[in-house]
Amino acid sequence: MLKLVIRRLALGILTLWAVSILIFAGTEILPGDVASAILGQSRTPETVAALRQSLGLNRPAPVRYADWLYHFVQGDIGKSLANDRDIAPEIRERLGNTLFLAGVAACVAVPLSILLGLMAAIRQNSFFDRLVNALTLTSISVPEFFIGYILIIFFSVTFEWFPSLSMITDDMSLWDKLYAVALPATTLVLVVVAHMMRQTRAAVVNVLSSPFIEMAVLKGIPNWRIVLQHALPNALAPVISVIALNLAYLIVGVVVVEVVFVYPGMGQLMVDAVSKRDVPVVQTCGLIFASAYVGLNMLADLLGILSNPRLRYPK
Amino acid sequence: MGPRLFGYRLTLGAWIGLVIVTVNLLGAALAPVIAPHGEADLVGDVWAPVSADAWLGLDNLGRDMFSRLLFGARTTIGLAFLITLLSFAIGILTGFAAAVVGGWLDMALSRFVDALMAIPQLIFALIILSVLGTSVPVLIGTIAVLDSTRVFRLCRAVGLNIAVLDFVEVARLRGESLWWVIRREVLPNALPPLITEFGLRFCFAFLFIASLSFLGLGIQPPYADWGSMVRDNAQAINFGGIGPLIPATAIAQLTIGVNLLVDWFLSLHSRDHKKGA
Repeated sequence: MLKLVIRRLALGILTLWAVSILIFAGTEILPGDVASAILGQSRTPETVAALRQSLGLNRPAPVRYADWLYHFVQGDIGKSLANDRDIAPEIRERLGNTLFLAGVAACVAVPLSILLGLMAAIRQNSFFDRLVNALTLTSISVPEFFIGYILIIFFSVTFEWFPSLSMITDDMSLWDKLYAVALPATTLVLVVVAHMMRQTRAAVVNVLSSPFIEMAVLKGIPNWRIVLQHALPNALAPVISVIALNLAYLIVGVVVVEVVFVYPGMGQLMVDAVSKRDVPVVQTCGLIFASAYVGLNMLADLLGILSNPRLRYPK
Repeated sequence: MGPRLFGYRLTLGAWIGLVIVTVNLLGAALAPVIAPHGEADLVGDVWAPVSADAWLGLDNLGRDMFSRLLFGARTTIGLAFLITLLSFAIGILTGFAAAVVGGWLDMALSRFVDALMAIPQLIFALIILSVLGTSVPVLIGTIAVLDSTRVFRLCRAVGLNIAVLDFVEVARLRGESLWWVIRREVLPNALPPLITEFGLRFCFAFLFIASLSFLGLGIQPPYADWGSMVRDNAQAINFGGIGPLIPATAIAQLTIGVNLLVDWFLSLHSRDHKKGA
């Protein structure tokens, strides 16, 4: 097992490295030139050359890559092109906000989707199952902002229960913060729960059709014990990996949802930076988002290995 | 005996999907004929309510929402279709080439695709757009290339099963070129899963453009497109309007329609192919 885990960890680190190269290459080797992009319409050959010099763009690409990565892992990310300030403090604050929002969403989404998935699997083909199925299919097909705006119309315009703009600051109490992120977190939960519970249901249904469940039914064991003691442990591996993969999905959803609710998170920061063509900020946010994504994928595989006895004790 | 499509019986879901898709395509195709106003014409007050003249009210600059919805259908559906075609062209060529040639080509392409897929697509698209700017050709190219990784995976998996069959070997022994083998031997046998995937990829590209436009990084004004219409009218919500919901509903209904058709097509072929990632 240790060998498997180490191999998977090594693969994850290799992937991270490849991702960092891709992100660097994406911003450096493409035909667009950062210096002329910053200067825009008013550029002259002289100003472009001067800016290239001051940004250090005249050095060879591999040198700049090594330099960038070396500083990145030390937390020294460099300066924003837009306002020439250090990026690190702002990123740190925004990252905290984003993690808070995603964390709240995950805390609600994970237990809820497992519960709904289990119930739908037990009452397979019942009215409840079909209703849940139809609802999840709908919420998978609609864009995140659609759900967000529907929530705003109902809960902040019609009933005026929650704010439509989620402003949070450091000096707010935890309760105030939770209140502020209620709607964006609900949007994320709705999007993610749909995916998670569909796959949880599929995994449990799959196990429920195996012979040992039939045996348990014939022995006369009550339904809830069959599901909790016989089916769930065997469905655990796929369910865990489904959850970790969908938490990775949160990372993309969070970008759009933050913009809908004008939430001061990293997604919002990245989108603003893209429209200002502030490449260092985009690179940094991109690398952080991508690392979280790679990390969660790796976690999914590792937990999959750990929860499967066949992989834990290979022949 | 109900009505049929391609010789197969239509289910209720397929019917709904078919109607939705047809209405959308007709609306897009006939936009200049149906639309009561031009795409960028200012016809009245900002966020004027629904009236006999403006069936869905006016938008944030006083343009007719219904007309813009029709013109927006052209941009959004047209672009999504173009992107899907392009990503399939890239994905099919590289995927089948990897399956048929194998060896180092397969290895190199697969590892490259693995690395690309390790980054969330929206994030990678944002990085590229920050460097190249947001023009329509850049949008098409970026989304098509990122999306072709999924097509590549599917084509390679399907192609690997076909490439080992006798008739492919015979064609190779005859000395046929790679292009001929892909076009005449592999492609026809891989068609059903590819058609399903086309529907799913179309939905994906469609939502992707809508999301990017919503973020203000997609199609730029004054052209109407459903994603940026949501963004433009977002403020209406605070004044009790339902402005952003109209284009957002348009996006949702088309995705659901296409998904219903795909589900139906999938159920027809469920026995002879497994759903790709």
